Amino acid sequence: MENLLMLPLVLPVLAAIVSLFAKNSLNFRKASGVFFTLMQLVVAVVILVKVYRDGILVLHVGSWPAPFGIMLVADMFSAIMLFFAGLIGFTVSVYALGLMDERRLKFHFYLLFNILLLGVNGAFITGDVFNLYVWFEVMLIASFVLITLGGERKQLEGAVKYVTINMVSSMLFLAAAGLLYGKMGTLNMADLAMKLQNDPSSNLVASSAMLFFIAFGIKAAVFPFFFWLPASYHTPPVAVTALFAGLLTKVGVYAMIRFFTLFFIPLGGIWKELFLITGGLTMLIGVFTAASQYDIRRILSFHIISQIGYMIMGLGFFTPLGIAGAIYYMGHNIVAKTNTFMVGGMVSKLKGTFELKSIGGLYKTKPYLALLFIIPAFALAGVPPLSGFFGKFILVKAGFDSHHFFVTGISLFVGLITLFSMIKIWNEGFWKKQPEEVEEVVNYTEKKVGFALIFPSVVLGLFSIGMGVAVGFFFDFCMTAAQQLLEPSAYINAVLGK
Amino acid sequence: MEIILAIVIGVLYAAGVYLLLRRSIVKLILGLIFFSHATNLLVFLAGSLSKVSPPFVQEGQKVAQSTVADPLPQALVLTSLVIGFGITAFALVLIYRFYQSSGTVDFDQLKED
Repeated sequence: MENLLMLPLVLPVLAAIVSLFAKNSLNFRKASGVFFTLMQLVVAVVILVKVYRDGILVLHVGSWPAPFGIMLVADMFSAIMLFFAGLIGFTVSVYALGLMDERRLKFHFYLLFNILLLGVNGAFITGDVFNLYVWFEVMLIASFVLITLGGERKQLEGAVKYVTINMVSSMLFLAAAGLLYGKMGTLNMADLAMKLQNDPSSNLVASSAMLFFIAFGIKAAVFPFFFWLPASYHTPPVAVTALFAGLLTKVGVYAMIRFFTLFFIPLGGIWKELFLITGGLTMLIGVFTAASQYDIRRILSFHIISQIGYMIMGLGFFTPLGIAGAIYYMGHNIVAKTNTFMVGGMVSKLKGTFELKSIGGLYKTKPYLALLFIIPAFALAGVPPLSGFFGKFILVKAGFDSHHFFVTGISLFVGLITLFSMIKIWNEGFWKKQPEEVEEVVNYTEKKVGFALIFPSVVLGLFSIGMGVAVGFFFDFCMTAAQQLLEPSAYINAVLGK
Repeated sequence: MEIILAIVIGVLYAAGVYLLLRRSIVKLILGLIFFSHATNLLVFLAGSLSKVSPPFVQEGQKVAQSTVADPLPQALVLTSLVIGFGITAFALVLIYRFYQSSGTVDFDQLKED
């Protein structure tokens, strides 16, 4: 049954191979792209249920014993993240059918898309620090090509920044892993956790921990390291941006939560303060810069940053409720963020631009689109009964319980500004009249939004509502995950087999 | 030997950072190459250098007779070299296309539009 864990890795590879060999039939490639991502979603659900019922799943690849061989581990946290990766993979692959132009599809969009999912899935279920690096690279190389796919000048400019900063962060990650190996003699996460627990000189690994923090911080776009994200995320087509916005930054947050709950705990108090400070600053700076923008994609890109702050803050509380809140918030954010980008893509398909000043009157002509936008936007802002409200509620409760009033206050304030900038998009894009002089300039004829665009947005919108209405159901999963994270002995025992 | 390698790593990092901060995009790529090689050497050195025999076990025995070198850092470096090489190749193609479409390799020239 443990072999089930191979499937999230095998399916994307299969999809990539099929897509590579079916080069003459674009329709077949499209169909297989959607089919395989749907299969991944199904497999992820099966893994989630199985882990929830039976506890941590471990697969020793090639039957090599624990600290030596490569292993795949799925605890609750990994399983939840796998599920969201599957959900986003499926919806975005449907969405791409309607939005991606023929040329990009022919240049193997679905192949790269599946390789990216392979990297993301691998990063979520690996049990080894160096393998995590490799999966990060798999994911990054696919994302490099996706961000340049099409080769427009703007894309190339964005890609140069994106490639450079991600390469630097990978190098820091690798250096950190190397130093950690030099000090501890192992890179297996469970083995590291066990050794560091009993090691009085574990302060020596603080340098590695800091390098890991910077490397993951760059990938997750937290406060001092976020500038590359708004500089590059708005350049590729929206389907790509939606995928990146939903998944890529969250992989950095995932790695951070995993590392700093599993084996960097003995490092003591200063880390929690560091997380709280970076979390607070990330929220504030992200939301303020978002509020000053007028391009839909730029507003949403800056919002990615501010939302990451909430998760880092939840990690900084370091209570079960705080971590559970961070995980719930991550799930909510993956869904809502991707969805806002999808609606943004539909708006631009109708109006031919992302610039809010030349858009308007969408509520009158396309009322359903306004509804599709309002769900994820209000979810992000935290309006009950949508998912964001409960995400924030759990985090705020955790903050008050652990007496971190200041940073919790900041998070509430940031929620208000988020609401402000979402209402700004609403006002400018949907509510006000179409500016007349602009309409002549734009002269855009494409007035249809196909089913392939609406369907994924509806699915994600319903999911946002579902996460809010059935909050107890989802929170149960997150709480189990948080308890597993804060009690690493179960993880260690499952992996090392003691 | 270790001290020499340590100095080499330091010099490579310094050169890498210096080149990364230049305006020219060609130097940026060179900087990334220096950076990645410095990191590879760092991983290699972190596994500690020692004059012992290679990690082979003699025929008919279960464990090696003498102390053996740790093969893992080499394996790690091998993997990261391959990855780094691939990304560098991609980056080179990227700057070439970038140069073709923008006509410049200077970052400061880009702000105009």
